[in-house]
Amino acid sequence: MNLTRRLLPTAALTAAALAALSLAPAALAQEKVLRVVPHSNLAVLDPIWTTAYMSRNHGYMIYDTLFGTDENGKVKPQMVESWSETPDKRLWTFKLRKGLEFHDGKPVTGEDVIASLQRWGKRDAMGSALMQFVQRMDTPAPDTFRIFLSEANGFMLEALGKPSSNVPFIMPKRIADTDPFKQIEEHIGSGPYVFKREEFKPGDKAVYTKFAKYVPRSEPPSGSTGGKRVYVDRVEWNLALRDAQAQVSALQKGEVDVIEALPFDHYETVKRDGSLQIPKYSNYGLQYMARFNHLHKPFDNPKVRQAVIAAFNQEAFLRAQVGVKDLYKACGSMFICGSPYGSLAGSDLQMKSNMKKAQDLLKASGYDGTPIVVMKPTDLASIQKLPDVAAQLLRQAGFKVDLQAMDWQTLVGRRAKKDAPEKGGWHMFLTAWQAFDVWSPIANPTTDTRGEKSTWFGWATDDKLAQVRNEFMRATDDAQKKKLADQMHARMFEIGTHATLGEYSQPMAARKNISGFFITNGNIYWNLKKD
Amino acid sequence: MLAFLARRLLATIPVLLIVAVLVFLMLRLTPGDPAAVLAGDAASPDQIAQIRTTLGLDRSIPEQFFIWFGHLLTGDLGQSYYYKTEVTTLIAQRLEPTLSLAVITITIAVLVAVPLGVLAAWRFGGWLDRALMAFSVLGFSVPVFVLAYVLIWLVSLKLGWLPVQGYKRFADGPGTWLYHLVLPALTLSVIYVALIARVTRASVLETLGEDYIRTARAKGLPENKVLLRHALANAAVPIATVIGIGIALLIGGVVVTESVYAIPGLGRLTVDAVLARDFPTIQGVILFFSFVYVLVNLLVDLSYVFFDPRIRY
Repeated sequence: MNLTRRLLPTAALTAAALAALSLAPAALAQEKVLRVVPHSNLAVLDPIWTTAYMSRNHGYMIYDTLFGTDENGKVKPQMVESWSETPDKRLWTFKLRKGLEFHDGKPVTGEDVIASLQRWGKRDAMGSALMQFVQRMDTPAPDTFRIFLSEANGFMLEALGKPSSNVPFIMPKRIADTDPFKQIEEHIGSGPYVFKREEFKPGDKAVYTKFAKYVPRSEPPSGSTGGKRVYVDRVEWNLALRDAQAQVSALQKGEVDVIEALPFDHYETVKRDGSLQIPKYSNYGLQYMARFNHLHKPFDNPKVRQAVIAAFNQEAFLRAQVGVKDLYKACGSMFICGSPYGSLAGSDLQMKSNMKKAQDLLKASGYDGTPIVVMKPTDLASIQKLPDVAAQLLRQAGFKVDLQAMDWQTLVGRRAKKDAPEKGGWHMFLTAWQAFDVWSPIANPTTDTRGEKSTWFGWATDDKLAQVRNEFMRATDDAQKKKLADQMHARMFEIGTHATLGEYSQPMAARKNISGFFITNGNIYWNLKKD
Repeated sequence: MLAFLARRLLATIPVLLIVAVLVFLMLRLTPGDPAAVLAGDAASPDQIAQIRTTLGLDRSIPEQFFIWFGHLLTGDLGQSYYYKTEVTTLIAQRLEPTLSLAVITITIAVLVAVPLGVLAAWRFGGWLDRALMAFSVLGFSVPVFVLAYVLIWLVSLKLGWLPVQGYKRFADGPGTWLYHLVLPALTLSVIYVALIARVTRASVLETLGEDYIRTARAKGLPENKVLLRHALANAAVPIATVIGIGIALLIGGVVVTESVYAIPGLGRLTVDAVLARDFPTIQGVILFFSFVYVLVNLLVDLSYVFFDPRIRY
C-alpha cells in the first residue's frame, strides 16, 4: 500500500511529462498530410534510368503521361486531348490538353514530349521496340506533336500508355535531354504533386506537395487514367519504417495512414482491427515465375524445361509463400488471367500436370544428373519461400538440386552472368512481377527469344517465337493481335521459356479515415481523402 | 601527456589505412553488383553493363583503389552510388539520430546501472544483489527486437504514452526530440544497464575488500562516503572502460533498434549500403566507425588519469 502511494505521484509525474513532450507534434498537425509507408526505399529519382518500382511510383507522383491504362487494361488519353492517325497508320498526330504546366511554371509543349519519348526510347524495352518503327517526330504547333513511322505497328498507344517500368513520363525538354545513361538532376514534372527536393532525406523520407495548378481530367480515376484529383496538402513517404511489425503498430496507433505492402502474416490482424481497412486497389495483382537459364545444360534442352513446368504445381508455391487463400489463385496464363491478352493456350502442360508426368518427361529428356543451381534470396520475404518449394518439387521429379542461399542483391548480380553454373553462373531463379509488366506480349521480358541478345536474363532462343512476336508488333487489328498472342503463348509453353507459379494480390493496409481508393494496379496517391 | 596524445593520434593513421585497404578489397571480392541493384529488376544485361561503366566498375581493382584513395587523401569519401549524395553528407545527416540515441541510452544506463551495481555490491548476497543478477541475465538474454515489440505494445499501443516510431531532430524542439527517443533508448539501455551494473558490482565488490575501506570504516566515515568516495572511485577504471565500449558500439550502429523504431541513423545507413552494394558509402561509414572507435578508446584511456592519479602518460 505504502509502495503504491509512493509510486502513484511518480507515475502521474511521468505521464504528465510525457503528455507535455507530446504536445509539440500535435501542434504541428495543421495541414492534411497523407503518411505512407512505401513497399521499399526510394533511392534513384530518375524513373527512366532505372526500372525499380519505387522510382516508377515516385514518377507517378510528379510526372504526367500522354496516355494511361485503365483498370481493365484499356489505353486512354491523359495529357493528350485528341489524336488521329492516317489510314496507313504511319503518321500519328497528337494534340495536348490545354493548361498543362510544369512545376516551374512553363507550359508543356510538343518539344518536351518528343525529348521525353526519345530518352525513354533509349532505356525501355517497349520504347526501344517502338523506336525501331519511328522515322522522325516533329511539332507542327506548340501543343501538337507528330510521330512518323517507317511502317505501321499495332502498339503505338499501348507503348505511350505503358503503365509500368519504364513509364514514358513527360519531362521538360532541358531535363529530358540528359544522357539516358546518366541520372537526371532536376525533378520537375507536370503531375499532380511537386517533389520537395530540399526535404528529401534518403532512407528517411520523401515529401510531395499538391501542385495547385494541375488541371485534372474530368473522367473518374481508373488505373493510371482519369482525373488525378488531390485532396491532401502533402504526401510523406516514410522510408525509415521498414520493420513489418512496427509498421502495423504505427498504423494501429495512427502514426501512419497507409502501408503499401502489408506482409501476409499481418493480414488477419489488420482485417480484424475495426480502425483499419484493406482496400482493393488492383484487379490483377502480381505473378510469380521461375526463370531458366537457357544457355547451359540441362536447361538448354526444352524437354528438361517442360519436365520442370510439369512438376511445378502452382498451389504448392502459393500456399507456402502467400498462405492466405483469399489472396492467391492458380493461373495458367503467362500474360495474366483476365488481362487483355490473357491466354491459356498450351498451359495444360502445367495446369493439368502431375509429378508422374514430370518424371516421365525428365526420363525421356536424357537428363544426365547435372545438379540444378537454384538461387535462393534469404532477405526478400516476398519470394524467399519459393526456392525451397521449387527445390523439393525438382527433387521429387528426379532432379539433383543445389539450392544456394544468398541475399537478393547477390542474386541480381549473379543472374546477369552468362558463365556456366559451376563457374559462378546459375540454372534457375524465382521472382515476382506486377501484372502490368508481363501482360503485354511485347513488354513481357520472357517473350524476347533472341538468345544472348535478349533483353532479360535466361537468354532463351527460339526463332519461331521471335517471328510471331514480330508479327504481333506489326499487327494492327485487335482480333489478329489476340490470335497472335495465343500463338505466342502456346509456343512459350512448348519451348518452356519459364514456369509461371500463380498469381497473388499484395494487400495494402490503411486507416479507416482514408477514402477514395480506386483500382490502380500500382501505388498511386491521388483521389485519396483523409477525414 | 601531450606526447602521449600525439603518439596516439598518429597511431590512428596506420589503423585507418589498414581498414581502408581491407574494406576496399573485401567489398570487391564479395559477390554482388551495384550496377544490377541500381538498374532495377527489369533491366537488361546491356543496361547493367552501361551502369557499371558509368560507375567506373569496369576498371581494374587497383585502378579503382587508387582513384578512391586519391580522393580519400583530400578528405573526399566519394558519392553514394545509390543516393547520388556525398558520403560525408549522408554520414552528417545520419550522425545526429545515432548520437542522440547513444547519448540518451548511455545516460539512462549509467544513471541506473552504477547505483544499482554499487548497492548490489554493498548488499552482496542480499535480495537486491540477487534481483540485479537475475535482471542482468534477462537483459543479456532477451533479444532487442522482442523487448522493442513488448514496449511498443505496452507503452505506445496500450498506454498511448509514447510514439511507436520516428525521429525528430533536436532543432524541431528538445521536447519533441526527447519524446521520440525515450522508447528506443529505454529498449537499448536494458542490455547496457545489465552490462554496466554487473561490471560495477564486480569492481566495487573487489574494492570493498581492500584495507583502505576497512580503515575508512574504522575512522567512522559514513557508509555512503565509504561507498562513493573510496569504493566507487577506486573501481571506476573498469566501469569507464565498459561505458566507453558501450558508447563506441552505440555509435557504430544499432541496426535492429533503428529499424524497429524507424530511426534514420548510421546503423540503418550501413545496412542499406551493404544490401545495395553501395561501395563508397560502406567504405565511408566503416572508416568513420574505425575513427570513432580509436577516438573513444583514446578518451577512455585519458579518463583513467582522472579516476586514478597513479596513472600517468
